[in-house]
Amino acid sequence: MIDAKRRILLKGSLAAGAVGVAVGAGLLAPRTVLAAWPQAAFDAKDVGSALKALLGIDAGEASGDITIKAPDIAENGAVVPVTVESTLPGVKTIIIVAEGNQTPLIASFNLGAAAIPSVSTRIKMGKTANVQALVQTADKTFTASKEVKVTIGGCGG
Amino acid sequence: MAGNIKIRAKAQGGETSVKALMTHPMETGLRKDKKTGEIVPAHFITEVTCKWKDEVVLTALWSGGVSQNPYLAYKFKGGAAGDPIELTWLDNKGGTETAIEKIE
Repeated sequence: MIDAKRRILLKGSLAAGAVGVAVGAGLLAPRTVLAAWPQAAFDAKDVGSALKALLGIDAGEASGDITIKAPDIAENGAVVPVTVESTLPGVKTIIIVAEGNQTPLIASFNLGAAAIPSVSTRIKMGKTANVQALVQTADKTFTASKEVKVTIGGCGG
Repeated sequence: MAGNIKIRAKAQGGETSVKALMTHPMETGLRKDKKTGEIVPAHFITEVTCKWKDEVVLTALWSGGVSQNPYLAYKFKGGAAGDPIELTWLDNKGGTETAIEKIE
């Protein structure tokens, strides 16, 4: 039952946003909301299939208008600060991928009308790898990446 | 679920920047307990909704790849001192927490 719902919700790219609004309005219980979370994309073991599951395409177009701020060398892979900014117009989504991780897709940020394309968070990195940022505008997906050397991996094990 | 959310929002030059810290273990479900050798079950925030007054400014979908006690910073156009900033997270076990803070 839940599975069937998830499939339906995944089909509409607007679904996630709509459900977010519904939760804010107190219309849906948290359990229902989980259905909007792109499980297949987050479970994917390589970058291509994660992006395919999330966006329907497996790579973006390289762009110089995306800035990734991350350390060149991260001493602790469990906490790697990453900031993604873009000067591209009409940014709808910002996606962060750690290419070397067991499940590379880290986060997807859906920007509302007022949001400025600039998000920061801290991520885990299992090993030295590229951090890839994808920026989705109204009709295209752009990408940029930056290598981060990891001294101690942060994915346990 | 015990914990709290710290939010700091500042309005300057027509933009508001928000910084938030959440308290959460963010277990990926891939890590093994060093003592027992058993896999630690996944327990992480899946969705964060950030609102300015009644408008959703940002929705973040996360995996367990976000660090423990997650940090999130974002910016938006508009906002004035005293406006409410609301942040709600949901995790994969159905846990949730909400905090509201005024813009400085």
